[in-house]
Formats: sequence, C-alpha cells, structure tokens
Amino acid sequence: MWGWAFVTPALAILLVFLVVPIVFTVWVSLRNWSGLESPFGGGSQYTGLDNYKEVLTESGLAQRDFARAVRNNLYYVVGVVPIQTAIAFFLALVLNQRFLKGRGFFRTAYYFPAITSSIAVALIFMSLLQPTGVINRILGIFGLDGPAWLDDARGLGHLTLGAVGIDTAPGFLANHEFMGLSWWDWLAGPSITLTSIMFLAIWTTIGTFMLLFLAGLQTLPGDVEEAAIVDGANKWQRFWYVTLPQMKPTLFLVLTLGVIGTWQVFDQIFVISSGGPQKTTLTPAYLVYARGFGNREMGLATAIAFLLFLIIVVFTLLQKVAMRDRDER
Amino acid sequence: MAVVTETSERVVAPISSPVGEGDENQGRSWRIGKRVLGYTILIIFALIFLGPFLLTIATSFKTRPDFAANPLSLIPHPFTAEWWKQGLGIRASEIADVPRWFMNSLLVAGTLMVSRVFLDSLAGYALARMHFPGRRLLFAAVIGIIAVPPIVLLVPKFLVLDELGIYATYWALILPLAADATGIFLMKQFFEQVPRELEEAARIDGAGVFRIWWSVLLPVVRPGVITLAILSFQGTWNEFPHMLIANNDPDLYTLPVGLALIRGTQGEDLNFPFFLATATLTMIPVAIVFFVFQRYFVRGLMEGAVKG
Repeated sequence: MWGWAFVTPALAILLVFLVVPIVFTVWVSLRNWSGLESPFGGGSQYTGLDNYKEVLTESGLAQRDFARAVRNNLYYVVGVVPIQTAIAFFLALVLNQRFLKGRGFFRTAYYFPAITSSIAVALIFMSLLQPTGVINRILGIFGLDGPAWLDDARGLGHLTLGAVGIDTAPGFLANHEFMGLSWWDWLAGPSITLTSIMFLAIWTTIGTFMLLFLAGLQTLPGDVEEAAIVDGANKWQRFWYVTLPQMKPTLFLVLTLGVIGTWQVFDQIFVISSGGPQKTTLTPAYLVYARGFGNREMGLATAIAFLLFLIIVVFTLLQKVAMRDRDER
Repeated sequence: MAVVTETSERVVAPISSPVGEGDENQGRSWRIGKRVLGYTILIIFALIFLGPFLLTIATSFKTRPDFAANPLSLIPHPFTAEWWKQGLGIRASEIADVPRWFMNSLLVAGTLMVSRVFLDSLAGYALARMHFPGRRLLFAAVIGIIAVPPIVLLVPKFLVLDELGIYATYWALILPLAADATGIFLMKQFFEQVPRELEEAARIDGAGVFRIWWSVLLPVVRPGVITLAILSFQGTWNEFPHMLIANNDPDLYTLPVGLALIRGTQGEDLNFPFFLATATLTMIPVAIVFFVFQRYFVRGLMEGAVKG
C-alpha cells in the first residue's frame, strides 16, 4: 500500500502527460481538427482514414511533402549515423590509449557540444556557415570556393550525376514516380543545406557516443586480448577479431540511439532552415509541427506523427535483425 | 558500472586498442611517433569541438561590420559590450526581452530539478524496494514510456494542455515534465545498490516508511540525487519542442524558445553578434553545472544507457 503511495505522484504525471497523449495520437489522427477549439463535442469530425490517405495515397501537396520529408530524413539517417558512430568509436579508441596524458581534458572538450542547447548550437553553426563566414574563409585559404551552405537546394546525388554528365533526368527516371515524387527526385541526395545540418548533428552527438564506447572499452576483460597476443595476432587482427566482437553490445546501443535520434531531427531544422530551401530540409518531425501548429491541421499532423513512429519502430527492428544475423554466422 | 572520470586517471583496462602496445620489439622512435600521432589527432578534434565556441565568444564582443569583415578573428576590433548589455538587460534591446526569458528558464528548470528529484526518487525507491501488487507491470510500463519518441506526441500533448485549461501558463511548462521515466529508472538503479540492512535497522528503531526514505535512504544515494538533479537541470533548460508547443505567450518564453522564435522574425540579415551573445548566455548556466559536476554527467549517461 505504501508502494502505491510512493509511486502515485510521478505516475499521475506520466499518465496524464504521456500515456493519455499516446492513446490520443491514434484518436486525433482519425479526425479533422483545427486545434482552435476543443476536439470534443463539435470541434472536430471523425474522418476515418482520410488523413492517412491524404498523406500516403492521394496525389497532392500533403503526399509530396511527406515523400520529400521521408526522403530527406532517410538521407539524413544514412549519412549521420555511420559517420558519427565511426568517429565516436575512433576517438574512444584513441582516448583509451594508456600512453596518452590529458585524457580528461580531451574527453570534456569532445563531450561539451552534446550538453549545450541545440538552439544555441544551431545559431553558432548559422554564423559559421554564412556565405562569407568562417567555413568559407577557411576554404578560401586553400583556394576553394564554398557554397551558400544554408541556402543551396542542390542535392549531392544530382551533383554527382551532373559530374558524370547527367544534368537532366533521363526519361525512365523522370517518367516514373513514387508517392508524388519522380524517381529522379528521390535520387536527389541530401541538399547542400541538409548536408550542413548533418555535419552539425554529427558534431553535436559524437561526444555522447564516444563516452558510451569508452565505457564499453573499459569493461572488456584483458585476458582475451592477452591470449590473442600470445597466439601471435597482430594489432589489426586483435581489433577485428577480439575488440570489435566484444564491443557489439555497445555498438548496437549506439546505432539504435543514433537511428532513433536522427529520425526525430527537429530543433536544428526549426532554427536554421524551416524546411527550406525548396523543402530540401523538410523532415517528418518538422512537418508535424508545420502542418499542426502552422496550418492548423492537427489531425493530418498527428497522422504524420504516427507514421513517423511506425518508421522508427521498423528501423529499430530491422537493425536488431541485422545485428542478430551477424551473431549466428 | 565504473565512473569513467575516475577510471581515466588510473586506466582499468590496459587493452583493446588497434594501435596498442604489446609488441616487445618496438623501436623507441616508433613509440614516440605513435605518441605524436595520438596527440595530433586529439588536438585536431579538440579544435573542431571547441573552436566554434571560442569564435562565438569572440563574435559576441564584435560590432556587426567587424563580424562581417573578420569572422575568423578571435580578437574583436573594435571591442564592444553592447550585445551583452542588451542581453543582460543593462540596456534595452529592440530585438528581445532576454532577461525575462532567462528568468523564465531559471524558474522552469529550477522548479523541475526539485520536483524531479523528489517525485522520481519516491517512485524509484518504491519500484526498487517495496512490495506491492502490480510493481513489475508498473516498471515495465515506465521502460515502455522511455521508448516512445517524444516528437511523436507534440499534438496530443497540446490537446491535453488545452483541455486542462493550462495552455500558455507556467503550469504548462512545468507540470508535464515534473516527473520523468528516465529519472525514475535512474533512481531505481541507485536505490537497488543500498544494503537492505540499513532499512531494517531504521525500521527496528521505529521509523516510519516516509521517514526512512527521507532521512536514511536519500542521504545514502546522494550521488544518484546529484546526478538526477544536474541531468534534470541540463535537460529542461535546453528543452525546446515541449516549451514551444506548450505556450505562445512571449512573456513566458524560455531562452531557447525565445531565441528560436525571434530568429524567425529577423529575416536573413541576422544580427549575429547579438544572437551569439544571447546564445552564450543560454549556454553559461549549463556549462557551469557541467564543469562543476562533470563526473555525474558521465555516470548519468551510463546508468541511463543500460536500459538499451
């Protein structure tokens, strides 16, 4: 009885402000609601699966925007997660060297961006990425001409194809479409602006994941590595066949947290680009906000939110399966 | 779980490195080379991670023409404290009421720090040590809640706040975050490490359940309480999406929300020195907490990560 008395205050908060919203997610997504008056009573109408149809199957702006958002975020996840994981792991390995001093200082320096306000960091990056800002000045020293990072919709995919002479969409790419976007548009790649935000995300999150890797490395038993040394394994063999397999739980944790986090990118987009230029930094999370609180289409926004939730669940499960397969081999 | 900060001074695991030592016949010069390479890598990355902050502080003391002409310079020329005066409220700013937002952030993050420590440790203790029907299920539910991506709940959260009639009040900023599942989980972990004999001794002495929790157990899990307190402060001070959808009254903006929203009103020709002074002001409280309580940050991160 005392137990319930102790948990009730916290539980009440979680129930009202998390569990109830979870339940209402599905309910709101099946309605037409402006958010201006209470959806109970006459403030909203049940519209069945209309919101989902508008986003997924009916051609129109809602479908195209959702397709763009998913495309952009897909590129974002595929670009950010491997790079931040690799650099974080690499830095943890370097910092774990016995012969290096000042480890505490470097660890603090690398972790600091992770604990600061995302909004403040976004403003800092905006100042660095101005057309005549710090980054382009540094590039200038090496004779390079940097783009207008935060206002450049050209996709890296299209730029790459352009470099090999394919400037306009070949017929079969232009004529086929999926969810309102031509295959050519799907292949655009992340725009220069989205790529800038990807760098920001990588820069911010490396510190956290580096600490997780560092903690993982420090719990590895030493005798396995010693046995490998006795067996005559060289450094790279020891890394690939001894350290890496033992680090798999940490690796899985970091990849999972990375995927879940990158699918929710919102703050940086809100401050830096509001989805632009030419909607190349639109993401599902930002679309939820823009449609719901901007366009006052709360039902449609919630349908998008629920689809985003499903995407995250599917990606997490896929990753679990991929990691398990490697175990069995 | 070992606290990383401590282990760094006396390395626990002398192994697990791709370029580790061990080959007995290494030359002396090779070893020095390795060290030089290691430090070079570390210093380059330190510049990448800290450089932007140094430039930000420098820019916050520059004039706008100076920033436009010399964004790379670390020395403002001429030096101006104008943007800091505006940010701190010494001089009125035409852009934003930054001092008010700062006080809002302080009020919200401070209140949430106290309420989370209190409510999360109550619940964490009950889940760790008390026997009551439904405990297992409840703990599973808490873990389940941690797994829900918060961004998905923006609209229904607004719905609840609006229906309760607290939208755009301080209540809307504070109440929904007053307890959190991760904090409950963290405190449960800490309470589980306390020896049971301690409670039993107190119970024999005739202390009540609440007394035992408050004056016997809480002091024992002080590291946990400090960890939770600083993580709460950092997390809620920086919190953006919730503070954005819970309120539309400029008088109640927290610093991150105020900064993000006035940026939207300023067009593309931003007054960067002003914005970066305000951004620095936003970072200072968390930075102070971070440098004072650094090892608790790491501990919190590790304890929180175990759930994965």
